[in-house]
Amino acid sequence: MSFWALFSKELLRFLKVSVQTVAAPVLTALLYLVIFGQVLEGRLQVFDGVRYSAFLVPGLVMMSILQNAFANSSSSLIQSKITGNIVFILLAPISYAEFFWAYVAASVARGLAVGAGVLAVTVGFVELRLEAPLWTLAFALLGAALLGALGVLAGIVSDKIDQLAAFQNFVILPLTMLSGVFYSVHSLPGFWRELSHANPFFYMIDGFRYGFFGASDVSPWLSGGIVVLSFLTVAAVCLALLKSGYKLRS
Amino acid sequence: MIAGLARADAGSAAVMGADAVADYRRARRLLGVVPQELVFDPFFTVRETLRIQSGYFGIRGNDAWIDEVMEHLDLASKAHANMRSLSGGMKRRVLIAQALVHKPPVIVLDEPTAGVDVELRQGLWQFVRRLNRDGHTIVLTTHYLEEAEQHCGRIAMLKAGRIVALDSTRNLLAGFAGSRTTARVVARDGAQYTLELRGYGELESELARLRAQGVEIADLELERPDLEDVFLRLTGS
Repeated sequence: MSFWALFSKELLRFLKVSVQTVAAPVLTALLYLVIFGQVLEGRLQVFDGVRYSAFLVPGLVMMSILQNAFANSSSSLIQSKITGNIVFILLAPISYAEFFWAYVAASVARGLAVGAGVLAVTVGFVELRLEAPLWTLAFALLGAALLGALGVLAGIVSDKIDQLAAFQNFVILPLTMLSGVFYSVHSLPGFWRELSHANPFFYMIDGFRYGFFGASDVSPWLSGGIVVLSFLTVAAVCLALLKSGYKLRS
Repeated sequence: MIAGLARADAGSAAVMGADAVADYRRARRLLGVVPQELVFDPFFTVRETLRIQSGYFGIRGNDAWIDEVMEHLDLASKAHANMRSLSGGMKRRVLIAQALVHKPPVIVLDEPTAGVDVELRQGLWQFVRRLNRDGHTIVLTTHYLEEAEQHCGRIAMLKAGRIVALDSTRNLLAGFAGSRTTARVVARDGAQYTLELRGYGELESELARLRAQGVEIADLELERPDLEDVFLRLTGS
């Protein structure tokens, strides 16, 4: 019950500013598609019979899901901490697990809303197959949940907006950009290919793309396993921090 | 600590028997806290804020009570105003309304009048007295000792995190008055006398002594100790 209240408050929060939280990232993704799709179309062939722009779209969708899921929980938490209104949640009979899941669920909702928006505006430009929709859905959910949880973690640990921005710019953004959104990591030289395999974001993009084309760099089972494991790890850290009251309760 | 905002190094706290840690859900439902700082969520209107707050406490469809609370706090006309647009006094009222959405039997007011204008302060005390009459226990923390003296039945004095006194207001004052009272006497010829008394009982004999010396008393002022005196004495400052 308290979970639902916190979850719907978080939903209402980003829906009230949906131009900024949903429409803006959709436009960004569309610009990526127009520019990269135009420049690289015909120069890059990743999967047989798949044009570059079609290859690019699922990557952009997933990138938008991940970045917005992270942005939702992290910015909401840091704002509540800085303005002090987090006290209302801390004073209420809400368990630390409800706290965690409400923020993650709202992040998933924002991620999926933006992802659906990106898909809706880009699908007209490209020919897209959907070979295994369940994989697509599973990776969208898992990826959004993982980034939502990372957002909770960053929101708890950061004391100031610039610390959070540093986390976003120096960790989240490079990991997304280097995850194979714009290319297949198989086209990279050996060292960089191996390095990409250490990036958990690579598995989310790769698995999500598998759902569309039925082809991927690594098995979706492996990707799925790594994403689930990453989520469980981050969730465990978040729950432990929340239980201890770290930086929230003195 | 009672509300769960801080953790105890040792010992325990309970709200009407509900342990603040082991039984925190019940403890927090029994408690309404009005924070000292003017905190608010700029995304929402007054009514949304109060609805969300009700939800945190597991209450749905709370609009009838929300309306009533807003009415008492003169907030009804601002129901659809964004929190950001409210004046400081109005924000303070919303904080009080938020603490009341779940009808808690115990209400904690953390320095509610710090930086508050006279009108709101009077209205606030009126409302708080009403809540108290309706059976709510009010816990007031304040630096203004005259506020405590005026409104509270029982007072705990804290210094550097330790309780230095805990008694009814009357006993605290009487206990102190019993040990030291000052009487200022002005004679008809304009001379002034200050009498240090060990309790009111000594007043009569001291005045008699003055009269015996031929002093005609024109005016008499008894300096009653207030809580500030009590506090200063107890803390040895």
